[in-house]
Amino acid sequence: MAGVVGWVAFQSVSPTVSQSDTLPGAGPTGKLGDPQRAGRPLEPVTARDNLAAIQAIEKRLKCTCGCNLDIYTCRTTDFTCSVSPALHQQVLARYEAGQSGEQIIAAFVAEHGPAILMAPPRRGFNLVAYFLPSVVVVIAGVLLTLALRRWTRLAGDRPAVAPAAGPPASPAELERLRHELERIDA
Amino acid sequence: MTLLGGSALWLALLLGVWGAIAGFAGGRTGRPDLQRSARHAVFAMCAALLTAVFSLEWALFHHDFNVEYVAAYTSRNLPTFYIWSALYAGQRGSLLFWATVLTIFGSLAQLLTAGRHRVYLPYVAAVTTVVAGFFVCVMLFAANPFDRLPYTPLDGRGMNPQLQNPGMVFHPPMLYLGYISITIPFAFAMAALLSKRLDADWLVAIRKWTLLSWLFLSVGICLGMWWAYVELGWGGYWAWDPVENASLLPWLTMTAFLHSVMIQEKRGMLKKWNLALIIGSWLLSILGTFITRSGVISSVHSFTQSGVGYFFLAFLVIAGVTSFTLYAKRLPLLEAETRLESMVSREASFLFNNLLFVGIAFSVLFGTLFPILSEAVRGTKVTVGPPFFNLVNIPLGLALLLLTGIGPLIAWRRASLPNLRRQFAVPSTAFGFTLLMLLVVGVRDIGALLAIACGGFVAGTIAQEFWRGTTARHRQYGESWPLALARLVGRNRRRYGGYIVHAGIVMLFFAFAGMAFKTETEATLRPGESATIKSPYGWTYTFTHLGISQYDALNRLVTAGTVEVRRDGKRLGLLTTEKRQHVDALGRSTFEPSTEVGIRSDLREDLYVVLGGVVNGSEQAVYRFTINPLVWWVWYGGMVVALGGLVVMWPGGGVPAVKRAQAGYMVKLVGKT
Repeated sequence: MAGVVGWVAFQSVSPTVSQSDTLPGAGPTGKLGDPQRAGRPLEPVTARDNLAAIQAIEKRLKCTCGCNLDIYTCRTTDFTCSVSPALHQQVLARYEAGQSGEQIIAAFVAEHGPAILMAPPRRGFNLVAYFLPSVVVVIAGVLLTLALRRWTRLAGDRPAVAPAAGPPASPAELERLRHELERIDA
Repeated sequence: MTLLGGSALWLALLLGVWGAIAGFAGGRTGRPDLQRSARHAVFAMCAALLTAVFSLEWALFHHDFNVEYVAAYTSRNLPTFYIWSALYAGQRGSLLFWATVLTIFGSLAQLLTAGRHRVYLPYVAAVTTVVAGFFVCVMLFAANPFDRLPYTPLDGRGMNPQLQNPGMVFHPPMLYLGYISITIPFAFAMAALLSKRLDADWLVAIRKWTLLSWLFLSVGICLGMWWAYVELGWGGYWAWDPVENASLLPWLTMTAFLHSVMIQEKRGMLKKWNLALIIGSWLLSILGTFITRSGVISSVHSFTQSGVGYFFLAFLVIAGVTSFTLYAKRLPLLEAETRLESMVSREASFLFNNLLFVGIAFSVLFGTLFPILSEAVRGTKVTVGPPFFNLVNIPLGLALLLLTGIGPLIAWRRASLPNLRRQFAVPSTAFGFTLLMLLVVGVRDIGALLAIACGGFVAGTIAQEFWRGTTARHRQYGESWPLALARLVGRNRRRYGGYIVHAGIVMLFFAFAGMAFKTETEATLRPGESATIKSPYGWTYTFTHLGISQYDALNRLVTAGTVEVRRDGKRLGLLTTEKRQHVDALGRSTFEPSTEVGIRSDLREDLYVVLGGVVNGSEQAVYRFTINPLVWWVWYGGMVVALGGLVVMWPGGGVPAVKRAQAGYMVKLVGKT
């Protein structure tokens, strides 16, 4: 494992994406014989579409087309969807108007309801969803620990069987015994 | 042929009803003629359902588009490979597939069960025929695969493009086989409860079945992840979709059972818990089907939704109430034979392991159903997506991973302090060393740090167990190292097969940790233009758009974008990604254009390229470039898990269960004298 970890050697903790056109505007741009089969015509991607802040906001908001994906994933995956590009434009417009990420998200929630969020907001009844599983596991763990203590105490109350006296075993015999016990364990 | 298929379904229903009556009555009265008849009913039901499958496949291969199912899921130009898999591409066919496989498994259980467990078989036949009969009922009254159209279309609609992938040929049947085969352990559990024979015998009878079911579920889930990754194009393999969650639930409880059953076999404890796990796993497999079929929760698997979900809901409720009522009645017969001797013992660690497995299952189930709960209680619709599931389940998953390494280090019955020191030294060192290495190379993501460091701990445990076992054989028998290792595994398949599974789980967690470093960007490129993206390893990848080509294939019109890939200036090769417009034999478009991803995979990271489309009908293309670190480890981790499962299942090798039971009995006698 250590070798693998050493080999992995992540050099960047928060990788940055840099995109640049090495040959801007160069190259022939022929027309396709049948553009229809390439799907819906797309607009060129701009640098602002790739902003990390925009990605982060859109990954918290659900596309309303029924795909179950967030806006960013839907618009960069389901290229037949016309809803996620429209929602993306709304996010961009609000971002460029100077709204913060939280403000943009609050505006989307006000417009579409809390179902627009990819995870329920951490307040009110939703806290049940966030904490109940962990609380149940913790309570069950405490109860299990108490039950185990009780069981082990009950087992301890039973009279112990005195080990039979006999000649001490040799190391070889002990190793053989350990091996046989392991075999039975398996 | 469809008349034959439809008749075969009715015959199967009648046989199912008779099998259930004869099985329950034969088991209760002990009449051999009824018992024999129930057994024969399972075989006959299997034959009837196989006839129905043959009829449907006949209709599919002969393009009988008057049959609604054939017209809905195939077309004349669908590749033969996928015509076969159209059997389970739609809901009606998959119900038929389910019922048929269940009766095949039921027949095998009747044929292969050893003589001393045959007392359970009448009840097993009854439960099998009841469950299979339910599926036949759903088909006959709500989703008949042999329904005909009032007209005959010239061609069918064809198969959903996302299903035209080799992964989809194997993923659904594997998952179905996992779900379906849980019915056999469940049937034995019901038989044990009904016959009041609740000793360890029924556990021995179901051991292979539980492993088989777990193995099918594991392989099915991994294939599903692979399909999602290569076909859906969103750049990941697990999205916490309700249907994905539904497949995970029985896997979690079955895995818990595979651990806790060892305690019952060795110590005669946890009888109630093990029975509850088997019943719960089976109910979860039906719940999974309900979630998949009903559309009650929004899912990407929307192609499977229909009204039959409510049949499943009713069946789920009736089956749950019946089985747990019976279980409650038998509780006095399920007392433990021995007691736990120490808090620090293998038994105690397995109990905490079970707690976490069931806790995660509860968490996943609760999260999946929470949108319904929220709407019912507060009238508020909410979405429970990946951010929620990751937040809630990652801590539980990491605790479980750590226990995977701790469990094997603690002795059965009671562990002493010197023993613990000796056992924990190597794994703890591996944990510390791994953590240190990660910090030194600059990893700061807490989830990834803990996942890989805990993986280091588990790997340390596994390596130590193999090393000690092999060394002992090498010293004791003078065997060469490879022979000692082979014999160690061969003669203790259950134990060392289990360790191989654990190694696979470590690989999977290692892969999951890698997704914390996923990097992606979009770019619009003219031919000759390039986009660059920096990988988490510090390399710079350059993707140069070479151009767009369009051509016709068997059942699709393809638009392919090709990019040249360079890493730090060194050419790695070409990647092609496609948009596919599927058409029927008459050239009519059948579905929206779909995307085929271009992937270059190695041990360190995957380059994942998606052609989004083109600008103004020109060769100027919109691409999404994603770098997914460590994805390779998911697929190979899954293979290692499956390999470990096969080693555990392989016949022979270990000390037979009877001998183990005898050994335990002898130990008890010695203790009492």
